[in-house]
Amino acid sequence: MSDRLDDQPGAQNATPTEGHPPENGTPAKGRRMSAPGTRTPEEKQPKQARPAGRKADTTKVLAIPKGRTGAARILLGRDAVMIYVLIVVVLYACLTIPRFASPVTVGFLLLDVIPTLLIALPMTLVIISGEIDLSVASIAGLTSALMGVLWQGGMPIALVLVVCLLAGLVAGAFNGVLIAYLGLPSLAVTIGTLALFRGLALVVIGDNAVANFPPGLTAFATSKIGGTGIPTVMIGVVVLIVAFAVVLHFTPFGRGLFALGYSREAATFVGIDVARSKFLLYLATGTVSALAGIYWTLRYSSARSDNASGLELAVIAAVLLGGVSIFGGKGSIPGILAGVLLIGTINYALKLDRVSEVVLIIVTGSLLIISVVAPNIASAIREARHARRVRTAPLP
Amino acid sequence: MSLDSKNAPARPAPGHERTSVLASLLKLRELPVILALVLLVAVTAALNPLFLSEQGIKDLLLNATILMILAVGQTLVIITRNIDLSVGSILGLVAFGTGSLFAAAPDVPIVVVFVLGMLLGAALGAFNGLLITIAKVPALVITLGTLYIYRGINNAWAGGTQYFAGDRPQAFGDLSVDTFLGFPLITLIAVGVVAIVAVYMLGTRQGRDLYAIGSDPDAARLFGIPVTRRVLLAFVVNGLLAGLAGVLYASRFNSVGATTGAGLELDVVAAAVVGGVAIFGGSGTVLGAAIGALLLTTITSALTALRVDKFWQQAIVGVLILAAVVIDRIASVRSARKLRIAEARNV
Repeated sequence: MSDRLDDQPGAQNATPTEGHPPENGTPAKGRRMSAPGTRTPEEKQPKQARPAGRKADTTKVLAIPKGRTGAARILLGRDAVMIYVLIVVVLYACLTIPRFASPVTVGFLLLDVIPTLLIALPMTLVIISGEIDLSVASIAGLTSALMGVLWQGGMPIALVLVVCLLAGLVAGAFNGVLIAYLGLPSLAVTIGTLALFRGLALVVIGDNAVANFPPGLTAFATSKIGGTGIPTVMIGVVVLIVAFAVVLHFTPFGRGLFALGYSREAATFVGIDVARSKFLLYLATGTVSALAGIYWTLRYSSARSDNASGLELAVIAAVLLGGVSIFGGKGSIPGILAGVLLIGTINYALKLDRVSEVVLIIVTGSLLIISVVAPNIASAIREARHARRVRTAPLP
Repeated sequence: MSLDSKNAPARPAPGHERTSVLASLLKLRELPVILALVLLVAVTAALNPLFLSEQGIKDLLLNATILMILAVGQTLVIITRNIDLSVGSILGLVAFGTGSLFAAAPDVPIVVVFVLGMLLGAALGAFNGLLITIAKVPALVITLGTLYIYRGINNAWAGGTQYFAGDRPQAFGDLSVDTFLGFPLITLIAVGVVAIVAVYMLGTRQGRDLYAIGSDPDAARLFGIPVTRRVLLAFVVNGLLAGLAGVLYASRFNSVGATTGAGLELDVVAAAVVGGVAIFGGSGTVLGAAIGALLLTTITSALTALRVDKFWQQAIVGVLILAAVVIDRIASVRSARKLRIAEARNV
């Protein structure tokens, strides 16, 4: 009932509704004018659009805009709500938890969330386009292992970093070819490469750990900008955030990703190169995961095969909490920023409050479930109320 | 087949029947994984005869038992076009629960432990299923959430505590030591589970419903299949089997603690995928998934027996999963083409 209601106003305007051929011949008049006898309660919806003289006005837009528009759309949208929640949580933590409001907090909180934040950026684009990548943490681990072995082998550090980034690119390209060009399901493929890349990391470095990275570089990874407590690395991360936000929200490529996630067929028909778009996304995911792996190695100044393991699910949880739909076609960079920071802040605040870190994952899980279940329940209630209103409305 | 015989001018010759049996055998989705398993075992046994010694076989089966049971449950869920990532955490909770139960009441009958473990698992699975079916939220998201929640509960409950095999009665631990006709008892339990669920999926209306739901949920609903109830059932059964696996885990392994079963979920999904279960539902069998689990665990032992560097194991598992996905893709492309041709002929 309610589905048809949603579709109807637009459909009436555009084409004669299927199954109701217009009796008086003009397609523009459509079903509402031509079959008055079969009118059902739902058809009185576009009342204000009906001209008095029973003449169809084809210039007028019959479709009533659904949802909010203008400022309300920005201020009451999903992203904004996430940002409000984040602000409230930060304020609450500042007021009630001693030692929370300090530059030290900012520093450690950001240092902790940077890997998640980095990988969440390309992951957002991937999930919006209707795919998924579970191999990101394994790519980071592989990069970390490679970095350790190459550095120990005596390669100059600059070259090591370049090789690591290239390795991430190649790993991403491998995923991309299998998913974009061979059309294999991304969930299954990346479970496979999750095992494969982590396995290669083991092959590269084995049980060893490499720790003697140049002190200048490891110090840089944890250094702060002056007395603000903000890590220097954040500058680079912010640049990446802006870059991804611009690509997703302000370029044809980014708009195409939404179309792709919403309907693959439609995206193909409007001329989006589906395979190429997906391939590029996996390239980006591989490269950024390699960056996260390099950062991880320097931050903890240790290259091990199990670095960043399990990070893939944490990233996906943060991205979904940030309002990205797992079905694709919905999501935004500001939203996932709020999601990542929200999980980071709550975890850090509770840690300061002496809640054990391992128990905190309950918070992550609950937030994730509430964030997806709550809107559904709200819309179910709205729908039920709407259906009752329509049923009880008197027939004209 | 029935359409073919209607159009055929003459009855098919007896020889025809035999080739079609062979052909259908060749079309089995489980065939690649069975071949891989046979090949793996044959090559390993040829190079290292100890691999197929009595103890060797027993170890192989013991290692595969828990993953087999989990893979069977996961298959039920995947066939309905869902997924359950929380099985590792369910297993961990039940395993730790079993340990603490024995620590609190050492004289509790073993049957009661099994029943309680399975009930706990089923309850956790039902929680997943209810959230997914009532709130209509994708299973991947919900079970990712409950993966964290169940693990967090396990962490909060266990803290630093671990229970060791010494805390459990001898008879319970003996379940994974004693053999019957060369099969370890817990493996026989797993085989029984596979057999029961396989018959259920193959021969009962409810089992067939699960396939229908996975192929096309909307069509299944129009057809009158109670989709919500069936999906819920799949999740409950999956939780129940994860609970059973948790109890068996406590019997098989020495220690159970806060991190028991962590990271197992992707192994389970991998076993199902390797066993020919299509990740988007509607096709695959529990037998295939169980053999997939057997293959994945056998590779580890085989590589050890062949003295291959143990660090290669995980990479090889990854390659195997990718190979399974590619094979599945080729099979579906071929069957789609065949269907198209057959349709064109009939029309």
